[in-house]
Amino acid sequence: MADPPDFNNWTCPLALRDYPNIVIGHGGGGKLSAELVEHLFLPAFRNEALENLGDSAVLHLPPGRLAFSTDSFVVRPLFFPGGSIGDLAVNGTVNDLAMSGATPLYLSAGFILEEGFPMASLAGVVEGMARAAQAAGVRIVTGDTKVVERGHGDGCYINTSGFGILPGHVRIGPAMAQPGDVVLVSGTVGDHGMAIMSVREGLEFDTLIESDCAPLHTMVRAILDATPRVHVLRDPTRGGVASSLNEIAAKSNAGIVIDERNLPVTPAVQAACDLLGLDPVYVANEGKLLAIVAPEAADAALAAMQAHPLGRNAAILGEVTAQRPGMLLARTPIGGTRVIPMQIGEQLPRIC
Amino acid sequence: MKYLSEFRDGEIARRIAGEIHRITTRPWAIMEVCGGQTHSIIRNGTDQLLPREVELIHGPGCPVCVTPLEVIDKALAIAARPGVIFCSFGDMLRVPGSEKDLFRVKSEGGDVRVVYSPLDAVNLARANPSKQVVFFGIGFETTAPANAMSVHVAKREGLKNFSILVSHVLVPPAIEAIMTSPANRVQAFLAAGHVCSVMGYWQYLPLARRFRVPIVVTGFEPLDIFEGIRRAVQQLENGEASVDNAYTRVVTLEGNQPAQKILAEVFEPTDRAWRGIGVIPQSGWKLNAAYSGFDAEVRFAVSAIGARESSLCHSGEVLQGAMKPNQCPAFGNECTPRKPLGATMVSSEGACAAYYNYGRFAETVEGNG
Repeated sequence: MADPPDFNNWTCPLALRDYPNIVIGHGGGGKLSAELVEHLFLPAFRNEALENLGDSAVLHLPPGRLAFSTDSFVVRPLFFPGGSIGDLAVNGTVNDLAMSGATPLYLSAGFILEEGFPMASLAGVVEGMARAAQAAGVRIVTGDTKVVERGHGDGCYINTSGFGILPGHVRIGPAMAQPGDVVLVSGTVGDHGMAIMSVREGLEFDTLIESDCAPLHTMVRAILDATPRVHVLRDPTRGGVASSLNEIAAKSNAGIVIDERNLPVTPAVQAACDLLGLDPVYVANEGKLLAIVAPEAADAALAAMQAHPLGRNAAILGEVTAQRPGMLLARTPIGGTRVIPMQIGEQLPRIC
Repeated sequence: MKYLSEFRDGEIARRIAGEIHRITTRPWAIMEVCGGQTHSIIRNGTDQLLPREVELIHGPGCPVCVTPLEVIDKALAIAARPGVIFCSFGDMLRVPGSEKDLFRVKSEGGDVRVVYSPLDAVNLARANPSKQVVFFGIGFETTAPANAMSVHVAKREGLKNFSILVSHVLVPPAIEAIMTSPANRVQAFLAAGHVCSVMGYWQYLPLARRFRVPIVVTGFEPLDIFEGIRRAVQQLENGEASVDNAYTRVVTLEGNQPAQKILAEVFEPTDRAWRGIGVIPQSGWKLNAAYSGFDAEVRFAVSAIGARESSLCHSGEVLQGAMKPNQCPAFGNECTPRKPLGATMVSSEGACAAYYNYGRFAETVEGNG
């Protein structure tokens, strides 16, 4: 979905066609705002709670504990190989909820739009969100739109918050890794980050790499059904596998050692990383998870991941150790060891 | 990736490492010149497989590390100007100048952009005729041909809004400076494969003869580096001192002729300051008279900017192999990757940053027996 969709194909564009671009009034709470809701958001997200158009959605909850999460999305470009900011906004929050073991149920969607943002692009973003929400089985039940003056935003920012329900017995968290635990990854790493990089202005390169953006809660469910002995789940988004494992090592006060030979990386991502001087362990993912499980649960967890459509390339990555607490180490393919430190900021392409 | 994974094969690596163990009878200090090689060594833990007798000294071949403070300050001054699009390779953005770095300039409103090629900067100049587009042209002989080409294209097209801030440095004069330094400990060099792919290795023949020092042209993958070290140790053990090419799949004696032609057309040799080391005669390139109109230093009148390096920073001694990073009093105290005093702590391939990260590991290994 590299190109914004054709506005002419949008289902209900008539009332919006007077304004091919967002104007300040679309965030003003008046007639223009109402038209945006009526002709764009409602048809896309259609559900009972939203259609009441109250100031807040009123919902029935199944029993269990509540998991609650929020995330904001500012990705550029808005459309990239394998998805859009809309897909990310839904799956990002769905996955954050899933990493506590929860089943995601409801999302809110807050849009901050820049004056002049093409209506067709907004339609494309909303369409992506609707499709992602349907695929993930969550409902977008409340929302808000604000418009900022031209030059004060970057087209379209989205915040989603969401909640889900988790059973009383599930205890998963980044501080719960224990020495002896096994570290698993659900598939190839670095796909999302390299897909974005391949289309970022000034850095374009030809590649078939697509974002791995996807909802992970059904895989989490499959893992938890296979074994209750799951200690940590994490989706390694910004900063990649390296940052997530460093955080877990620090919070659990344990060491983590991974074997780089077991790190799944597609040849295309590896080649692009080599070319640009980047390390795939630091590159972002949007449809992968790290699972840290008790040693006797590793085989069951791996089998559950590999049986899931998104986990075919799942692998055992390494183990948690009592030595060197707070540190992430890697055994290199030639048999050396290296430290994988936390990055200071963003990973920067190397000069040569 | 085809033609790369073969050179990362663990089993062959261990075999060559075993051969190095077999032939080594006493201590040797070998300098890998290039930052890319340092990066590969740290990234793969190559040095951990070597005999204790073989010491690798990380050389001054990281362009980020040796670009002088005053050039960074000039870049910051130009990048802060309204109407300027300042283009740079990514890892220069975090290199500290006297007061700030390019990230800070960007946050304060400067239009700073990361590009992969100076020709992308030329494209930006074409697309933004009302802006002045400046490319930060640093690096060794490897990056120089593309930088030369950008200026060549700009001149051919009559682009009035493109210029380049040049601070190119050259490997052979640096080797000469190291070998004539009284504190020198280096007994053999791994020459930088990519520099030699451009320039060939004929320039190193007189250096090996004059200083009786083995020089092995070496690539960047783990097997390349093991093979370079093996050949260097072999020469040292045999009392030989010649130039050996261990990177024949890329490097020839003569090098890349079209690249050398464009370099000769655009640049001329000049004395150049190296961060932490000082001025090395005829160790850099600058734009020659025919292309001086594209010199950003002249266009933006920043030639007068000077800078004094922190007296606490010993990166010069580190870069010459005279001091280990952890022997520097500032190491880990005033100077960390979070708040670096010198560029060797900034760059991922800088010797100090590498020691900082690896050193934490080494200490805890000892602590845990």
